Amino acid sequence: MRFFGFLLLLAGWVIVLTALALMAADAPRIAFVLAGVGVEIVGLVLVIRAHPLRRGAHE
Amino acid sequence: MIPAPTVGISYPATLLCLVFIFLVPCAAAGLALISTGLGRSRSAAHSMMSSMCVLAVAALAYFVCGFAWQGFAGGPAHVALVGGKEWSWIAFGEFFLRHQALDGSPASLAALLGIFSVGLAALIPLGSGADRWRLGACCASTAVLAGWTYPLFAHWVWGGGWLAELGTNYGLGRGFVDTGGAGTIQAVGGLTALSIAWILGARHGKYTHEGLPTAIPGHNGVLVMLGCMLALIGWLGLNSAGAILYNGAEPGQTVQVAINTILSAAVAALTAAVITHARFGKPDASLTANGWIGGLAASSGACAFVSPAMAAMIGLLAGALVTFSVEWFELHMSVDDPGGSISAHAMGGLWGVLSVGLFARIPAMGDAGMHESGDTGQWLAQLVGIATLIGFVLPMTYGLNWLLDRMYTQRVAAEGERQGMDLYELGAGAYPDFIVHNDEFTER
Repeated sequence: MRFFGFLLLLAGWVIVLTALALMAADAPRIAFVLAGVGVEIVGLVLVIRAHPLRRGAHE
Repeated sequence: MIPAPTVGISYPATLLCLVFIFLVPCAAAGLALISTGLGRSRSAAHSMMSSMCVLAVAALAYFVCGFAWQGFAGGPAHVALVGGKEWSWIAFGEFFLRHQALDGSPASLAALLGIFSVGLAALIPLGSGADRWRLGACCASTAVLAGWTYPLFAHWVWGGGWLAELGTNYGLGRGFVDTGGAGTIQAVGGLTALSIAWILGARHGKYTHEGLPTAIPGHNGVLVMLGCMLALIGWLGLNSAGAILYNGAEPGQTVQVAINTILSAAVAALTAAVITHARFGKPDASLTANGWIGGLAASSGACAFVSPAMAAMIGLLAGALVTFSVEWFELHMSVDDPGGSISAHAMGGLWGVLSVGLFARIPAMGDAGMHESGDTGQWLAQLVGIATLIGFVLPMTYGLNWLLDRMYTQRVAAEGERQGMDLYELGAGAYPDFIVHNDEFTER
């Protein structure tokens, strides 16, 4: 899940870059940038959920 | 080589910029004291020693290859043609600052500011890794941050890179704007701090078997507060030097930068004090200190482009954000961040970056300094910057530190944590003549 989360973070960033490079009009560019940020948020949630850091409790 | 707009800096501005840059190490001293004060007494000497070593390694790595990859606007850079537009990805200057004139030119001032800024960014993860991060490991991690991660992002923002050129290439305001390093220094350092906290895990005894956090209070509030005062001096220099060097501000305009910096920090600290007083019955010193630092970090984004009232507003939101974020990271994410570095620097820095798009009136820059122009699309440029920090910098810094951890374990052995980092790694404590907190030495 952690690996997939980081992959989604990168994928979201690539969507943002692609939106800049390929979208000329404002509206679709903004929409795709926001979509990329949305994908990043999903990735961040996955990464967070993959890190139950309670190592101290188990040692 | 890509053509980039040359920022003309007058002789008085150069002198003033130099003076401001010389103040920046005060911020580093401040952060070192804060990390030490918020950690345990049995790791205090180790914390200060780590801070000094981190500053040394960062300066060396930046000298060896960091500045060569960061570069400066108008300097040599690798460029990719994307959709007919030039995207500058990384500079290719010479290593060891060879053939770089160190004569007060904008490029040499950028190198000088960079060598201090990269140390500041590298100190931030020390707060989140306090009491369990091995000295050798934090030096190795710093070399990666100062030699690669920071220079790469700094090139994109301050070295004429693709983020800075978003305005020229795509009409997004004036491109990604980050006057004093809210994104470049604070968010990069803060996201690295988050990676380190994830990789190291929580301190022994921080969480109960049921997963509830226990309080491990900092050992010296006086050090923490003194660190906050010192940090203010450093930040005044950092924001003012950045405004002159990267935004073409005239010397007189740094008055506004300084007022905005202190206002943001002041309101953020007071907000944190009021919130903690309202919630817990008494103002919390460590959260108030974190609020102060969060306000400073947030001020770095827009300090040259907002009114004092807006700077206070930025500070207000930064103080609230940091206060709740500390609790959120500890309670809901199980992230053990003794120094509050993630909340103050990552969250404060990201908010500072966003505040440029929301509140700033961005002037256009020319040979005559700053003058008013429109700010269409500026918020989108800032959003792209935030997306880059979270979507690229975070995975990269996590991945690099994870690899490092595979080769050289970053966390100290359990015995070292029980004994204290001072005795285990340095052989002597910070306070050899007395025990500050008896319970710290109780076997858990």
